[in-house]
Amino acid sequence: MPDSRSAILRQIRTALGRGPLSDSAAAALDARRPAHTRIAFDEDLVERFVARFESRSGTVARVSRLDAIPAAVAAYRQAHGLPPRAAVARPLAGLPWPAGFAHHPGPAGPDEQMSVTPCLAGIAEIGSLMLASGPDSPTTLNFVPDHHLIVLPAGHIVRHFEDAWTLLRALPGGLPRATNIISGPSRTGDVELTIQLGAHGPRSVHVLLVEDGPAAGG
Amino acid sequence: MDVSSPRFKQKAVIALANPTLRQALGQSRKGFVNKRAELVAALPEFEALRDQARDVKNHVLENLDHYLERFDSAVTAAGGHVHWARDAEEARNIILGICERVQARTITKGKSMVSEEVNLNAALEARGYTVVETDLGEYIIQLAKEPPSHIIAPAIHKTKEQVSDLFEAAHGGPRKTTVADLVTEARLVLRDKYFKADVGITGGNYLVAETGSSIIVTNEGNGDLTQTLAKVHIVTSGIERIVPTLEDVSLFLRILARSATGQETETYTTLSTGPRRPGDVDGPEEFHVVLVDNGRSKMLGGKFQDMLRCIRCGACMNHCPVYGAVGGHAYGWVYPGPMGSVLTPLFVGLDATYDLPNACTLNGRCQSVCPVRIPLPELLRELRHQQHQRGISPPVQRRALGVWRFVAERPGLYQFANRLAARALKSLGGRDGRLRHLPFAGGWTALRDLPAPEGKTFLELWHARKA
Repeated sequence: MPDSRSAILRQIRTALGRGPLSDSAAAALDARRPAHTRIAFDEDLVERFVARFESRSGTVARVSRLDAIPAAVAAYRQAHGLPPRAAVARPLAGLPWPAGFAHHPGPAGPDEQMSVTPCLAGIAEIGSLMLASGPDSPTTLNFVPDHHLIVLPAGHIVRHFEDAWTLLRALPGGLPRATNIISGPSRTGDVELTIQLGAHGPRSVHVLLVEDGPAAGG
Repeated sequence: MDVSSPRFKQKAVIALANPTLRQALGQSRKGFVNKRAELVAALPEFEALRDQARDVKNHVLENLDHYLERFDSAVTAAGGHVHWARDAEEARNIILGICERVQARTITKGKSMVSEEVNLNAALEARGYTVVETDLGEYIIQLAKEPPSHIIAPAIHKTKEQVSDLFEAAHGGPRKTTVADLVTEARLVLRDKYFKADVGITGGNYLVAETGSSIIVTNEGNGDLTQTLAKVHIVTSGIERIVPTLEDVSLFLRILARSATGQETETYTTLSTGPRRPGDVDGPEEFHVVLVDNGRSKMLGGKFQDMLRCIRCGACMNHCPVYGAVGGHAYGWVYPGPMGSVLTPLFVGLDATYDLPNACTLNGRCQSVCPVRIPLPELLRELRHQQHQRGISPPVQRRALGVWRFVAERPGLYQFANRLAARALKSLGGRDGRLRHLPFAGGWTALRDLPAPEGKTFLELWHARKA
């Protein structure tokens, strides 16, 4: 079988009327780091993040310190009538969880109702969360349970996408297998463009915003 | 899928007479248009972003070979595999080969227009695989055995009642009648499939050359469940969907959702970079990207290169009065609306698609909203020109144009004919100055009158005023 890769590349070069790029031209393209227009805003990063995230039916609870997370999770659980168990990502396993609260580090199976995960960053520009997959943050925790609780230290909120990419590139293994930018609960408009939450992913995404205290989970 | 574009006129007439379709299209499109307008008005940077997006796409196309090679190396470095498909058949065979090797039974799919383009589902089903579309809109039309009628809202032509009928027939009763209940029913039915799937196939909104990541942008989360829970993840994407760096991704994320659905952002943007890694407890064991050419490289360097900038947002069809009247199915292939009227003739040939470039009023709304500034009306005009040159346009029209040209090249004769016509039409118009019937233009006067000329030509009035 003829090599399709070469055939397509040859056809592209023929159409462009040139041969392969010279090494120096290729190196110049590889060094290209464009600075595109960013969206300007004056608001405080935390306030902007919360306002944008809540505008898409995400919810936010502010907690003062990291060790107050278990109480905030319990309050959420009770408000939604959920049983005392969850998939809790490894970096959060050491928090003072109450006796009787069962948790495991994932993956999340079909019966999982709730997960609690860290995140790499909040992005203030549009009020989204960025999660990096790995043993400490399994991807199923982000999509399978009905309720996804995300721990976000206020200091992890960055201004623009570009700032989030910088954090991503700095991870020890480079880009993770899955980078999930999550902007609220799952939704669909596929029936008569009526917005309905909880299409396939979580019906509810709840941010636990840690206003003070050490950074969690990366 | 089969090309039914030659029947555009019949299908358009049927669509115009369908009150259910009118109702479905009317409600939905207004939502897209209004929400986009609100967001664009609130973003002073939007026009600058469009310019930059156009420029980045042009830059990528000028260096497409380089960026594709970089992407290939980066995917391989991340432990994934890149496959190159020159045409639809090769794309299907690559995917069938992977499914066969891993002994797949159930295949879940996120929304992918390229998989529609290469007619993948039929090929998979013919081999006995169970294929489940997981995007709610795609799932609805899979049940209805119909092609998508819109590139981002595939079931936009269906009303809630029609969806209720389809679900009742497929899932058994009791019949669900609210949108909430319908969505929940689909959620429960599809949950099972994600966990059972051997292969998950998604599209790719962007392929990042720098990192070897493929990106999907969705609202439902179905694409993420598809690619996370299946043992093997296959991405199907056109070769033109490359962007060089993550910085370029930010640019396109700022314009895509605003242009497409009138959202500030879609709910999920996911970058997939290779398969499951050591220590990972979930994620696919294999990661494949199928790069599909299928006619794209031939558009490079020619009059239609601008069309390769398209990011498949659907803004052009949301704003097109013709699409709004006839819906997506009349166009007869995978891509409807203005972008489809350019792409379909280029992908499936000028002969079978005569009506598409002509079903356009050249009003320019599509171009005015296109986030990457594709000059769609110009491209449609160029297609008409090529149809004429290749003798595809109807003989009557060609003869009429020949006569017009003969006259127009002779100014004396032209002015004489003009004077004659102006006077004749004035007298035909009678006292109220309206023409109710016109020879050779019965279609035009069937629904409205033509105002009759005043009796003097422009040049006559001009000379009279100068004298």
